[in-house]
Amino acid sequence: MSDTGNGFWEAWRLILSLDPDLYEIVFLSLQVTVSAVIIASVIGLPMGAWLAVNRFRFRRYVIAVLNALMGLPPVVVGLFVYMMLSRAGPLGGFGLLFSPSAMIIAQVIIITPLIASISHQTIRDLWAEYHDLLISMNATRAQRMKALLWDGKRALLTATLAGFGRAIGEVGAIMIVGGNIEHITRVLTTAIALETGKGNFAFAMGLGLILITLAVIVNLLIHIIGKTERASTW
Amino acid sequence: MVILPLTLTAATAHMRGKKLAGPVSLTLAQKGFTMVIGPNGAGKTTLLRLMHGLQRCSGGAVTWAVPASEAREKQAFVFQSPIMMRRKVVECLAYPLRLRGVPKPEARASATACAHRFGLGALLESWAPLLSGGEKQKLSLARALIIEPEILFLDEPCANLDGRATREIETILQDVQARGTRLVMSTHDMGQARRLAQDVIFMHKGIVHEQSDAARFFSAPSTPEAKAFISGDIVE
Amino acid sequence: MSINWITLFAATLLASASQAESLKMAVTTSFYNSGLSEILLPEIKADIGLDVELIVVGTGQALRLGEAGDVDAILVHARAAEEAFIAAGFGTHRREIMYNDFVFVGPSDDPANIATANSAVAALQGIAAAQAPFVSRGDDSGTHKKELSLWAGAGITPAGRWYRAAGSGMGATLNVASGMNAYTFSDRASWLNFGNKGDLALLFAGDPALFNQYAYIPVNPARWPHVRNDLAMQLEGWLTSEKAAALINAYTIDGVQLFTFNATAP
Repeated sequence: MSDTGNGFWEAWRLILSLDPDLYEIVFLSLQVTVSAVIIASVIGLPMGAWLAVNRFRFRRYVIAVLNALMGLPPVVVGLFVYMMLSRAGPLGGFGLLFSPSAMIIAQVIIITPLIASISHQTIRDLWAEYHDLLISMNATRAQRMKALLWDGKRALLTATLAGFGRAIGEVGAIMIVGGNIEHITRVLTTAIALETGKGNFAFAMGLGLILITLAVIVNLLIHIIGKTERASTW
Repeated sequence: MVILPLTLTAATAHMRGKKLAGPVSLTLAQKGFTMVIGPNGAGKTTLLRLMHGLQRCSGGAVTWAVPASEAREKQAFVFQSPIMMRRKVVECLAYPLRLRGVPKPEARASATACAHRFGLGALLESWAPLLSGGEKQKLSLARALIIEPEILFLDEPCANLDGRATREIETILQDVQARGTRLVMSTHDMGQARRLAQDVIFMHKGIVHEQSDAARFFSAPSTPEAKAFISGDIVE
Repeated sequence: MSINWITLFAATLLASASQAESLKMAVTTSFYNSGLSEILLPEIKADIGLDVELIVVGTGQALRLGEAGDVDAILVHARAAEEAFIAAGFGTHRREIMYNDFVFVGPSDDPANIATANSAVAALQGIAAAQAPFVSRGDDSGTHKKELSLWAGAGITPAGRWYRAAGSGMGATLNVASGMNAYTFSDRASWLNFGNKGDLALLFAGDPALFNQYAYIPVNPARWPHVRNDLAMQLEGWLTSEKAAALINAYTIDGVQLFTFNATAP
């Protein structure tokens, strides 16, 4: 398909010519998704650990609901957030609609269940291993969670990465709440949708290849920075 | 505060309706090296876990000289399969101190000194899960002792170790006991029992059949099960 | 909130250093896909220091954004709906800015023979008679409303497998038509600027019924006090100025003028 070939060269042309519009879109994409991933991790990782370590009456139901929330269709989340943030809606007074903040909010709602669920599964396995030891050492609940989160950090990184992957490729929700406004809320995915809608397939493909590369680079960076690649029992 | 003596009063343990051990009534005094022996499935592990608080008491009582929560602070447990945290050796050793609020640099210094005492000095920066079986068990022992417990429980610690590692551990244990730590250890190795025991608890099918000092037990066991066990017969 | 600080930081880094005020305007996909905004927006910024943030949606949604107060002004092309909007108190007034026309595009071999039709209504009758595949906007937009009014004029209720409602903006609908090699109804500007024409060609145009008027409506500050009505009026002033007239009339694609400026005194 010639469009694929054109897309490849178009991608290189855009990158090498240091096209400012392109880099603005890339920067905005990263800003929105990284912010969302950080917030979702701060909420989701300890939530998963807490669920793994504490026994309470409705625990099974909470876990089932959490896993079900992973299946939330992103575009429905977008619609919900839109109706909340619209001036005619309950949170309209903050004027957040059609801003990067609205996109971050939508993405946080979408990926927090995913991060919490993976965190829960990981920590549950680690807790099964550490259980006798930590109880024997008389560790408090908070101390147990801290030890599990720290020792499990490599697998928790996977949770964060999964969240990043889900968020960076998301388009439906952020299109609705962001409005795809040029320079303000236009990110890689919404730009691809736009260019495709204008019939500019080569340009859209170029953006697509950049998006893929971006996701792969961030993935690699996290692994290297984490310095957690060891030949260990993992 | 001294947490011993420990008294079990008709203590029983159940899991999913099945009885694991009990009722057991005994008292552990402040000094001594108690070996808990018996055939597989006798309930030795359960008894130790019951005493330490890892197994919930479904009937009867486990009573220390002080409230249970205080007693916890002065106990330690060494498991049959060593549980290694996914950390460096020095961090593993420092962890129990950090739990007690000891600041990081102090904890590290104590951990380093402790490691040297136990012959683990060369392994300080090694990744704990990658140690050999013997090294892991020595680390578990060091980790248990770094908080200077009043009583140390050991659940067949040498079951999976070779001769040299076993001897090293036994030497450490005898030294530790001599310094005043109360030791309670289970084993199915009769030779080890003879070597280390000052008094013996013989268990079979979840209850204590005999409890007496070592010399008397090995020369003149009172129950037929104990007799059979000592001579190496299968005990059903 | 730290997030807004990052946004601010990024905005100041990447946007030109200026005291720019910003205004949110909902515009139709038909207008946006013509490419005219890329000419006008930088000029607006340079002349009156205004950052116009375009939210590109169908006319129906643009009107609803105005009703909800989520935008400060709208630029749409559906007169009846506009007048209803103003009558309901959501807009202050409508100001005509420019016009172009709608066209019919379709497969170059023209199976329904609409190139020889003598009116828009006749063209639609030809398509219905031949049951030739036809893609409709189907999204309550200005273009869609115009298409429906033409069907009504032809006395036909379009239904059947040949009539496909895409539910999308102008560009996406053209994509669908191109992919299916079907007829569709578009504004001329979007068609000329469209990059994926495939086998489609412009087959019918020129009927006065295809007249397409764009109008600008500021959202009513009496209804939504937070809207920047001051900026909206500034923008209206610019859009009806001689400079705007010159830029709009001069905008061509392949030598064809896309819009004709027709603003008059308010």
